[in-house]
Amino acid sequence: MLILECPCCGVKAEETELAPGGEAHLKRYGPGSSDEDFDNYMFARANPKGVHFERWRHAYGCGKWFLAARCTATLEVFGTYPAQTTEPPAELQAYIKSRRPEWEGYK
Amino acid sequence: MPNAVSALNGKAFSGFAQITEAGLQGMITLRGDLASPVIAEAVRAATGTPVPGPRQVVSAGGKSALWMSPDELLLLVPYADAAGIAAQLTPALSGEHALAVNVSDARAMFRIQGAKAAQVLQKLAPVDFDTLGADEVRRSRLAQVAAAMWKSGPDEFTVIGFRSVAGYIMGLLENAALPGSEIA
Repeated sequence: MLILECPCCGVKAEETELAPGGEAHLKRYGPGSSDEDFDNYMFARANPKGVHFERWRHAYGCGKWFLAARCTATLEVFGTYPAQTTEPPAELQAYIKSRRPEWEGYK
Repeated sequence: MPNAVSALNGKAFSGFAQITEAGLQGMITLRGDLASPVIAEAVRAATGTPVPGPRQVVSAGGKSALWMSPDELLLLVPYADAAGIAAQLTPALSGEHALAVNVSDARAMFRIQGAKAAQVLQKLAPVDFDTLGADEVRRSRLAQVAAAMWKSGPDEFTVIGFRSVAGYIMGLLENAALPGSEIA
């Protein structure tokens, strides 16, 4: 069972209260972009075994989107943070690095 | 005007806790920037309470304000006054990016009373009721439908859900409160 703390309302929400939103921090390529960029944006997704950044929505609670960092292999949750960010907060990245020294880092 | 009736017209059930559909209750959804002084003024005029902090419910003189999300409040007022208060809120919020709507007839409210009232909800919601604060409102789910619930008295919980699923919620609560099905 996955328990994520919603950074918007502070509730420790259990997985069934949340709606998954897929991979976080995708850069959108819209009209005018190359076919290759659009194809990557539309279809290519990371599928790592290990550290992963995801979008979640607190669907049965405050209804807000937020982002979470967790390990896909162990379900360890490294942290959650507001959706209004373009990359994971530095302290969260440092924490993940301390928990997973082999992690190659964000981008 | 035709007589207004609540979703289940005050249906009641007596198990190891008392379940009651609470009848007509005025409810106003207020959305906007909760830090704004204009909204604070409007909430005070509508309910006589300050703007509640995150996940808090504040009450004064039979009216309450519930924190529903970072930009949403639910104001509980007498049913007969709800339309009037909602109409006054709109001019009071002019200039704000805000919205006040009377949702009284779109929601249903239930009360669960008794020493073991918490057990009824513990069976239905993924919520740790032991750590739920006395004036904390928790939005979650009851089985398959969304609901907001809070401890409204020493041995009482109040639940708000959508009117369209009021029958489902009542069925859930009745089943969870069946005599002999207490948790330990």
